[in-house]
Amino acid sequence: MTRGSNIAPQVLIDEVWKSFDGGRIEVLKGVSLQVAKGEIVALCGTSGCGKSTLLNVISGLEEVDCGTVRVAGAGVVDEATRLDLLRHHIGYVFQFHHLMPDLTLAENCLVPLVATGGKRAAALARLHQLAVATGIDHRLGQRVRELSGGERQRGALVRALINDPELLLCDEPTGALDEQNRERVFALLLDLVRSRGRTLVLATHDPELAARCDRTVRMRDGRIEGETT
Amino acid sequence: MSLWRMILTNLRRHRVRTAIGATGIALGVATMLSVVGLLGGAVKMFERILRSDSQMVVFEKNVSDLFFSNVPEEVAAQIQSQPFVKVAQPMMFTIIAAPDRPVVTCFGIRASDSRLHKGEWLHGRPEDFRDDGEGVVLGERAADFLHASAGGTIELGQRSYPVAGVLRLENGFENGGVFMPLRACQKAFHKEGICSVITVALTDERDSSAVKTWMAKNHPRLVALENEEFSRSYSQFKIMKTTAWVVGGCAFLLGGLSVTNTMILSVFGRIKELAIARVCGFSRGQVARMIFGESLVVCAIGTVAGWALSSGGLYLLRAIPQFQGYIEPRIGWQEVAGAMALAAFTALAGALYPAWYAANLKPAEALRFE
Repeated sequence: MTRGSNIAPQVLIDEVWKSFDGGRIEVLKGVSLQVAKGEIVALCGTSGCGKSTLLNVISGLEEVDCGTVRVAGAGVVDEATRLDLLRHHIGYVFQFHHLMPDLTLAENCLVPLVATGGKRAAALARLHQLAVATGIDHRLGQRVRELSGGERQRGALVRALINDPELLLCDEPTGALDEQNRERVFALLLDLVRSRGRTLVLATHDPELAARCDRTVRMRDGRIEGETT
Repeated sequence: MSLWRMILTNLRRHRVRTAIGATGIALGVATMLSVVGLLGGAVKMFERILRSDSQMVVFEKNVSDLFFSNVPEEVAAQIQSQPFVKVAQPMMFTIIAAPDRPVVTCFGIRASDSRLHKGEWLHGRPEDFRDDGEGVVLGERAADFLHASAGGTIELGQRSYPVAGVLRLENGFENGGVFMPLRACQKAFHKEGICSVITVALTDERDSSAVKTWMAKNHPRLVALENEEFSRSYSQFKIMKTTAWVVGGCAFLLGGLSVTNTMILSVFGRIKELAIARVCGFSRGQVARMIFGESLVVCAIGTVAGWALSSGGLYLLRAIPQFQGYIEPRIGWQEVAGAMALAAFTALAGALYPAWYAANLKPAEALRFE
């Protein structure tokens, strides 16, 4: 699977089981889910219901015990595919920004470029575009420790989008923000994804945010309980 | 943004940790270069004692130490008569006891030996050293610690010898030694007609094979080696050189442990960052390269610091009057290249476990790490 392939970016999860601690803790219990290209899906549920694990399974960060995971038409089965997905097809935003404190915001946003060895000029142009769109263009030269929480999370969003992925995975992306920043970052996230026709799978336990997505998938105790469109 | 920028940023972020790691390597490099330099210098000084103005050394085959080499003195005359030999000088090389000084280096030489004409005569004249006499010449430092002066006598072994002169020599071993007429020396050690080595100056320096052939044919119990060959094959030199590298290697091992410790701390201190790097698309190899790169930079800093430290330390040692003539450190490009290679090896070996650990981190698990 390479960048620019015709296969529509989508997520297909079929009967996925995942457990920890040698099978003692079952986190995903036969989960099946499909996400179409350009769709914005919210995974809802209480803490521990398996939302984050499901996102990790989609990105290939967690291996499944059994079941099928396909992203952008490719089965997430080996290290090479996982690497290709993370480099070219998936962007990931976490509840905490996880930016490197001693790098500038711009350098942090360009970290994925180090992995891919992509063209610097194109990446810089994209960085500028995304930074303007997220309103952090005037903060790019600052070190992370000098930024506010909202700015850091917007930086994390830019980092996730710098390689122009088809699929964005967000795990409680506004969970650590105050109300004002939460609204701003979420609106920005939806706008960036919709305007670019990208796919978004978002884990949240905020029903208000989930309601603004195309579809809400409710999870409970490692299973999909129901959906709301 | 590049991998190098990330490497340097991380090292700068933990300056104290980086400095401790680099110090471990610096001490390893400094110890190694100092020990190798000092012993290498000592070997060179000893070589110079033996070779004087010659190109070859003749000694008894398979002796572990030149002190135990017994070469018939008459062989010197036989070699001297060969057309390819300019001068053949027999020399006895031994240790003698003096009051309050159980170990004094003693050189049994002939009056024609060139080293008597090389030094600065502080007291007496070269003519005062006679083959048929018993008058000894002392190196300046030997005269000092034996409290002897020209015109007096000195007790060496079981006998008293007149002091014929005092000579200042550059080489510390010679300057702290006693030069005794060969005949008197043989008598003192009951080795009449025997010497330890014969140094051979060639008519044409390229004719060394002629001496070797002649020696193998006429005196198969003896061996003639060019000075360089002798240095390479003499077991005492080999032991000294090996010891120097082993001691230096041990110092490097300790330095390597400090690098391992530094890199382990570095990895465990940023597990989430490494996980994020993996999420951003870093392969296991790229993560490992980042850790190895950090380790190599730490070792490069340590190598430069260690080189400076050893150079400065040896310079200061050389400046101390008591050590003058005894310390002649030689840090050549081989030693520096060896230290650099060991530093690079230490860097890679020291980072092996941390790099393996970092490369095999499971990102999802690492992001849950508290």
